[in-house]
This record gives sequence, C-alpha cells and structure tokens, in this order.
Amino acid sequence: MIRISNLSKTYHTRLGPRTVLNRVNLELHRGRNLGILGRNGAGKSTLIRLLAGAERPTSGRIERTMSVSWPLAFGGAFQPNLTGLDNLKFVCRIHGVDYRPMVSFVEEFTELGVYLREPVLHYSHGMMTRLAFALSMAIEFDCFLIDEAMVVGDRRFHERCHIELFQKRRDRAFVLVSHNADVIKLYCERACVLHEGQLIDFDSVDAAYDFYNTVIMPLSSTQAATSDSEDPA
Amino acid sequence: MEHPLVPRPSFRRSLTIQQRVVGALLMREVITRFGRHNVGVLWLIGEPMLFTLGIAILWSIMGHKNEPGMPIVAFAVTGYSSVLVWRNTVLRCTMAVQQNIGLLYHRNVQVIDVFLTRIIVEIAGATGSFLTLSLVFSGLEVIDPPRDLLQLTFGWIMLSWLGGSLALMMGALSVYSHLVERLWHPTSYVLFPLSGAAFMVDWLPTELQKWILLLPMVHGVEMVREGFFGAAVRTHFDAGYMALCCLGFTLAGLVLAKNAASHVGAE
Repeated sequence: MIRISNLSKTYHTRLGPRTVLNRVNLELHRGRNLGILGRNGAGKSTLIRLLAGAERPTSGRIERTMSVSWPLAFGGAFQPNLTGLDNLKFVCRIHGVDYRPMVSFVEEFTELGVYLREPVLHYSHGMMTRLAFALSMAIEFDCFLIDEAMVVGDRRFHERCHIELFQKRRDRAFVLVSHNADVIKLYCERACVLHEGQLIDFDSVDAAYDFYNTVIMPLSSTQAATSDSEDPA
Repeated sequence: MEHPLVPRPSFRRSLTIQQRVVGALLMREVITRFGRHNVGVLWLIGEPMLFTLGIAILWSIMGHKNEPGMPIVAFAVTGYSSVLVWRNTVLRCTMAVQQNIGLLYHRNVQVIDVFLTRIIVEIAGATGSFLTLSLVFSGLEVIDPPRDLLQLTFGWIMLSWLGGSLALMMGALSVYSHLVERLWHPTSYVLFPLSGAAFMVDWLPTELQKWILLLPMVHGVEMVREGFFGAAVRTHFDAGYMALCCLGFTLAGLVLAKNAASHVGAE
C-alpha cells in the first residue's frame, strides 16, 4: 500500500513560494491502480517524483509498504559515459538483483543490438527511452509509477510496453499520470484530477473524465485531446 | 526489494542496502571516471601519483629552502600526499549531488551515499599513491623507509578522517548554496601553503606556531612526518585537538547531509 497524508510541496521561486501540491491525500492498495489527470504544469510530475522518493515533501507523509518503481522510462539516472549494459548492471546492483538473467530480455526488448555495449551518450532519444523502459521492467516492483509524457515512442514500442506492463504485470499496482483523459479512461479503474494543488477524487473514471473534459479543459482543447493521434502507452 | 510487511526497515537491513548501494556507486564512479581504456582503474592511483611526483621533482630541482639534512623527496611525498587527502576529497564532494541528481530517483540511493562513494574513491586513490611512491622510492633507495609505521599509519588515518569529514560537511553545504563550491577553490589555494605540506611547524617562529596549529591538517602532516622521519625531526601536534575537529566536521556533515535531501532540487 501507498498512503499519502496531507502532502504539500512548495518550491521557492524568484517571485516567492509556489505551492504545487496543497494537502493532498491518496491511498493505493496492492494490485490496484489509479489514474491522475491534470493539465500541463498541474503538478503531476512533482507528485510522481515525491511518490518515487526522488524529492522530499515540504510537509505531510508518504508511507510505502510495497516496493515502488522510479518513474517508468525515466532515463535521467543514466550515466552517459557508461554503456547501456553498464547502466543495467548498476540498476540491478542497487536493487540487489542479479543482472545476468536480465541481459537477454533487455537485448530483445530494446533492439539496441551492438549499441547496448556503447556509451549511452551516443543514443538517440528513442533508444534511451527503450533502454529506460526495459530497465524499469528488469526490477520486479509491486507498484509502477508511469508518467505518460515520458513514454514516447513509435507504435511498435507502445505495443511492446503495453504487453510488458498491462498484460504480463497485470497483477501489479500502478499510478498513471497524464494530461490525456482518454489514456486514463483506457487503463485505469479509478481516477483523480489534479487541479490547482488539489487532488479531486471521483467515484468513477467516467465522472473524472467528464469533469476534466468539461471543467478543466474547455471545449477547444478537448477536441485536440481526443483527436490526438499519439498512441497511448 | 522492500518487504511488504516491514514499513520501517531495521538498522541491519538499512546497513545491507547502504553497503549494496555504495558498492554499486563505487563501481559506477570508477568506471565513469577512469574508463576501461589503457590502464583504466589504475588511474585512480596514477593520477595523484603523477601530481605528487611532479611536486617532488620540482622541489628537488628548485632546492626547496628547508633545513639542512631534510630529505627533499620524502618531504615532498609526505607533504603533497597529505594535501591530496583533504583538498581533492572536498573538491569532489562539492557539487557531487547536483552532478548526480538523477540517481536520487532510485529511492535506495541517498544523498549521503553519493558523498561516501566519492570520499572512498579519493582517499583510496591518495592512499594508493602515497603507498606506491613510498614503496618504490624506498626500494630504489631514494628515500629511507619510514621509521615508525604505526605512527605513520595513525597519522594517515587521522588525515583521511579529516578529509572525509570535511568533504561530507562541505559537500552537504554545497547542496544548500553554490557559494560553497565557489569559495572552496580560493580557500584550498590559500590553505595549501598553510597546511604544513611545505614546511615543518618547528621551522616557524614560536608565536606563529600556535596560530598555524589551529588548522587541523597541520597536525596530520606533522604526525605523518613524525612516523616517516622519527627522531630526525621535531614535530608539533595534538592528536586530541585534531580528533575534536574531525568529530565536529563529522557530526555537522551527518546532520547537514540528512537535511540536504529536502533541499535537493529546491535551488
């Protein structure tokens, strides 16, 4: 379970403090999932960073009684001078997992070929994302944190992500944040809307969907969101 | 992996995780810095060795104005190796967190682990370099072997503690303000000639000695030289005073590093 109580996060800017999250509460049980909808800049990524433990809250508590991943497909922890394989070894060592059985999966999933043994700094953005996603899958977490905006790739990549995450790891919990209401509707059993520092809970995903599309995102931008040709991860 | 029913890990489990994380960070750090090309990891020792060697050659040629009878090579090796322990360790720890901010996305990696890793790498390098140079020069009979190994080891451990604790404190402070990094460069330049690397306290006028002995690193160098030269030199140091300084830096460093986590990303 993850339980967030009275979580606040304030950043100090040149124009004074900015409260991104204001006394947010949240509970997620093992094997369950949650979608969080929010506009650009609503604080989705901040919430993900706090859940991941990469940043500390200004006030409030986060309790975790299951293992929580880092944000999926996040490549920021890569050491550019190390090869993809070295980065795999590093991540496995940190989590106390033997890396050897993972190599074939990573090779197969990333399709990096010889580049897996080249420094990450020579990778394209797409190669980096594939490697980052594969590493996220190499460690068996109880709960995955997914920032939809981070998992960018072609249709084939999205299909493969879908199989790994939503089929093979169906039993895991996940938190999916997105600005795209359709993505949330497709994958989540429960949804919240993050708006002006508040996390608004809804009884059903449909209620959250309607609220987001009518109240938060006015009509014109709703059309843009639904006609979005990008495949959901 | 986190056990589902253990909300607060025991001390022993935390220790296991920390060892694992620091171990992984050490490998990453060494491969990143020295790579696998040519002698690779040996640069860990080679780099500080070249520095020390350079200073030793320079001082030998210039005929450093020391007391007659002071063997210049051994003097340079003990002096410059001591500087490396505190100067480079601090240098590598300031900005260490900013350079590794992405690592903190792995929840097992804490701010202090980043510092510990760099401290271990620096001290290992400086120690390896000091050891190699001492052995090689003794073997070639360029210098006399150390007189009192126990005293030498003790002095070196104290210097390492000083370097480590100072680095932890300054590294953690650099999370709060970038000024720390800016100020450390000029400070270390001024501290180098004052640190006892290029003189013995005994050569100074008596009234100056008590001032220079306020600097903890001076005590360390004196201890190392006492071990190296034995009764051939007169040394002035107070291990208790130095330990007190190190203890202070350690405690301050631990507290600052603990709270630094909430400042990461704030600036």
